[in-house]
Amino acid sequence: MPVLFAHLMQTGFGGFYDGIAHLFITPTDLLLVVGLGLLAGQQGPAGGRRLLALLPSTWWMGGAMGQILAFDWSLAWLSTMLVTLVGVLVATALRLPSMVFAVGVSLSGLLFGLVNGFTMPSETGGVSLDLFGVVAAIAVVAVLISAQVAATRRSELQIAVRVVGSWIAAAGLLALGLLARV
Amino acid sequence: MNERAPIQRVVVLCGLLTVWLMLLAPGGQAHVEGGGAGSVVAGFLHPVTGIDHVVAMVAVGLWGAVLGPPAIWLLPVAFPMVMALGGLLGLLAVPLPGVETGIALSALVLGVLVMFQTRLPLVLTFLLVGLFALFHGFAHGVELPEGADALLFSLSFVVATGLLHLVGIALGEVRRWAWGPSVLKLAGAVIAAVGVWSLTQVGGA
Repeated sequence: MPVLFAHLMQTGFGGFYDGIAHLFITPTDLLLVVGLGLLAGQQGPAGGRRLLALLPSTWWMGGAMGQILAFDWSLAWLSTMLVTLVGVLVATALRLPSMVFAVGVSLSGLLFGLVNGFTMPSETGGVSLDLFGVVAAIAVVAVLISAQVAATRRSELQIAVRVVGSWIAAAGLLALGLLARV
Repeated sequence: MNERAPIQRVVVLCGLLTVWLMLLAPGGQAHVEGGGAGSVVAGFLHPVTGIDHVVAMVAVGLWGAVLGPPAIWLLPVAFPMVMALGGLLGLLAVPLPGVETGIALSALVLGVLVMFQTRLPLVLTFLLVGLFALFHGFAHGVELPEGADALLFSLSFVVATGLLHLVGIALGEVRRWAWGPSVLKLAGAVIAAVGVWSLTQVGGA
């Protein structure tokens, strides 16, 4: 089985809740959103605003494209590399140029949305509520994390954020190794 | 005294946790014999299944606490990434000689450094700990099982390692008290002793 496993969970409450649950049971997606939330918070309030504006919308676009194309691709390598890169950026606490950050977030959203979209039509009949649930969950998680990080002034918490980034990067690296070995 | 009471409780708890982890870890060399990659629990328990790994991770945190800023945060940030790099090399079957010796030496050297509360230049500190991280990561990488949720396994494995660092850092806080240096000396001596024992195991293998 691939490292990235974006299967839609059936909660029994309908597509919207399936989509919400999907984010929380898909480690690659969740790690990316958490990582981007941390990175956005490190960029300050403007970073958080950019993340909230760009990530859900591009994820939605990518998802819609994926549902139409419906390829059987997991893009596991690309997704895992992206998660690793985000982890490294958080660990190094780099202040990125706003354009670079915006483009990075948009590409991430498009890619991960695309992969989500690939898996959704076959299992749910292509109901867009699923995608809406995913995007809503992403928006909430992204805004909660980025706002908290942006608001924090305590150096210990800023270090903790970098440590979490290093954990994400390390997990991504190991997952890449496991992908290479399979 | 009242302000310090909660910190003291945390330190005592960390001490008990370390002892428990040391008792939990089998006497053999570090790293699991098997375990399911499909389980977060398997990943979380992976780093605590070898006493040499446990004491080395705690020693990294202890030494970081002894060194103070910026090493106290540089080491926990850098170590997981370098360790994962080692794991990647192991997974890709890139040859790395003397891995088990390096792991045993890490406990011995770090134990001695903690015991004498040695301060090295930051670059040297980073290189030394980075080298040890490479050995530990490589050994784990070779033995990482395949499975469905490799990323979850890897993440819980990394988090467990990070928590061991945190235990070391918290234990290192005893240096603030008058009796702290003696406790650190004792902790360093125990870690170094485990390192010596591991070296004899490597030699006997």
